[in-house]
Amino acid sequence: MDTFIQQLINGLTLGAVYAIVALGYTMVYGIIQLINFAHGEVVMIGAMVAFTVINALAGSGLPPLAVVLIGTGCAIPVCVLVGYAMERLAYRPLRRAPRLAPLITAIGVSIILQNLAMLVWSRNILAFPQIIDIKLYNIAGATITNVQIVIILTCILIMVALAALVYRTRLGTAMRATAQNPQVAGLMGIDINRVIAATFAIGAGLAAVAGVMVGTYYGIAQYTMGSILGLKAFTAAVLGGIGNVPGAMLGGVVLGIVEALGAGYIGTYTDLCKISGISDWLTQRCANDGHFVLFGSNYQDVFAFAVLIMVLVFRPSGLLGERVGDRA
Amino acid sequence: MSARAKPPPVVFWSAMVLIVAVLIVLPFALTQIGTTWVRVTNLALLYVMLALGLNIVVGFAGLLDLGYIAFYGIGAYTYALLASPHFGLHLPFWVILPIGAAMASLFGVLLGAPTLKLRGDYLAIVTLGFGEIIRIFLNNLARPINITNGPQGIIGIDPFRIDGFSFASYQKIFGLEFSGPTKYYYLIVALVAVIIALNLRLQNSRIGRAWEAIREDETAARAMGINTTNLKLLAYAMGASFGGLAGGVFAAIQEFISPESFVLVESIMVVSMVVLGGMGNVWGVVLGAVLLSFVPDILRFTVQPVQQWMFGRMLIEPEVIRMLLFGLALVLVMLFRPAGLLPSAVRKRELAERAE
Repeated sequence: MDTFIQQLINGLTLGAVYAIVALGYTMVYGIIQLINFAHGEVVMIGAMVAFTVINALAGSGLPPLAVVLIGTGCAIPVCVLVGYAMERLAYRPLRRAPRLAPLITAIGVSIILQNLAMLVWSRNILAFPQIIDIKLYNIAGATITNVQIVIILTCILIMVALAALVYRTRLGTAMRATAQNPQVAGLMGIDINRVIAATFAIGAGLAAVAGVMVGTYYGIAQYTMGSILGLKAFTAAVLGGIGNVPGAMLGGVVLGIVEALGAGYIGTYTDLCKISGISDWLTQRCANDGHFVLFGSNYQDVFAFAVLIMVLVFRPSGLLGERVGDRA
Repeated sequence: MSARAKPPPVVFWSAMVLIVAVLIVLPFALTQIGTTWVRVTNLALLYVMLALGLNIVVGFAGLLDLGYIAFYGIGAYTYALLASPHFGLHLPFWVILPIGAAMASLFGVLLGAPTLKLRGDYLAIVTLGFGEIIRIFLNNLARPINITNGPQGIIGIDPFRIDGFSFASYQKIFGLEFSGPTKYYYLIVALVAVIIALNLRLQNSRIGRAWEAIREDETAARAMGINTTNLKLLAYAMGASFGGLAGGVFAAIQEFISPESFVLVESIMVVSMVVLGGMGNVWGVVLGAVLLSFVPDILRFTVQPVQQWMFGRMLIEPEVIRMLLFGLALVLVMLFRPAGLLPSAVRKRELAERAE
């Protein structure tokens, strides 16, 4: 089996999901310069709601795709509601406050959402029921599952739809105008509050879809799943240039692939036994157990963050970001 | 600061005497409730140290750091490795604490150097990544060569000791009973007092004013001839050194450390303390740290009895309620006091200007 292609496929799948979550971060950031730290928790709630519904419908005899779609259909309104409530209660009152104040409320909201989820669903892991018949396909010596194909295609579809929304509709124009200059946009007759609320709602809807996808991919959902996913997606958004919609898509995919390749190769390339004659002591250890791996695949996340830091050193505002002004 | 009229010296000094008296008596009063509370206080004071260190970076220089707990971890691991059976080293604490602080500030500069060009939220994610990188290393450096002992952590760390006098053991001095935590308490209070004094002096020094200038407008600060590179690095190094110092004390008090204590949530907690208390205001930061570290513990001991009393049984896990109330408190405080509980003079001025 070809490791490179295989890791590329795995990376692309995960990266596509990161991209969808990253879009939620980046759209909100682009408009009100707020890191919505609670966004990861919205993804988690989406996954939990969908899993509950899917588990309830698993025995009903409906086709699996319909079950998943109904689950997603239930998760989206819940997440949109959560996203809207969050904006209305925790962020809107602070729009003119010092910049770090909404960051702290975001942290508070994220703690609240996580613990509410624990109250509702307990600490147990929700498992995805065995309803999908997983098929494997061969591509150039690697395998891709039907779940992966669906995830990648859905993500592409979402990205196209979102690009159309942002660049082709009235709401999108209003969003871009608000992002450029809220005051002037307001003077032009745009209801800024509605635009911002709509942005949160769209981001939360995307988060619900992403939650279902990542849950289906790994087969599990738990109340803690939001934070690490949110962290990765936020990294992806920054990698691409935060506030930039195509940047979030690119950043997500790049991060997913970098991570997967890192996990696949880092152990092989840091195995000092492959390089002979460094020292006698090392030769002896290699003779004993054959490997002297400096960095195993546990360092996957280090690899991701190291790439992020390298990119930002050379491009301080991300891959596609515009140069930030002096008022940072 | 200068805008506010200073209280007359009599009032100031009597307030000082009162505070010192309370601080001296506090551990004995707390021992009456339970020695646990002295431990809780000690940890709270360590958080005060951390928050003050982070305040230099975030509050004074305006550089958002979401990976600050890494420096705490570096200080703790430096202490643990040099004073535990893990490597068989047992150096005295007054040697290791400065080494730990120096190590932390070295890493502070290492973090600062590549990120000098970054601003705002890009800096936030890089510092966050840095914190995660350090934690992952602490977690995994058990193989191929065992340095940190991985997730199991390091046990049997030496307490502070001067000749025969150990800070960890129970002792009777002049007829007064000193438990281990009580002795540490006095040591930490002294350290915190020194750090507060340093912070207050720094704030109005040449360096402190340069930091403020960088925070408000970096380009203008550079145009005024401020060496922004060096001063930003100095802020990182100084902030980190306090974190490293606190980490060393933490390792000695706990006598056990593992990477679990240095996770992202802890970094976020320290940032919350700084922002909630009032970024840039030393007393605000102290207040924020004390509140946020005590509130969860107080809730831990009150939530359960209150539920028993109201419903006659436990309806909801106390841990969940504790975190829910905590999250709610973060949101509500920020909604009603967006600049923090005790805003710094500059912030107050800014808010007043915007309101016009």
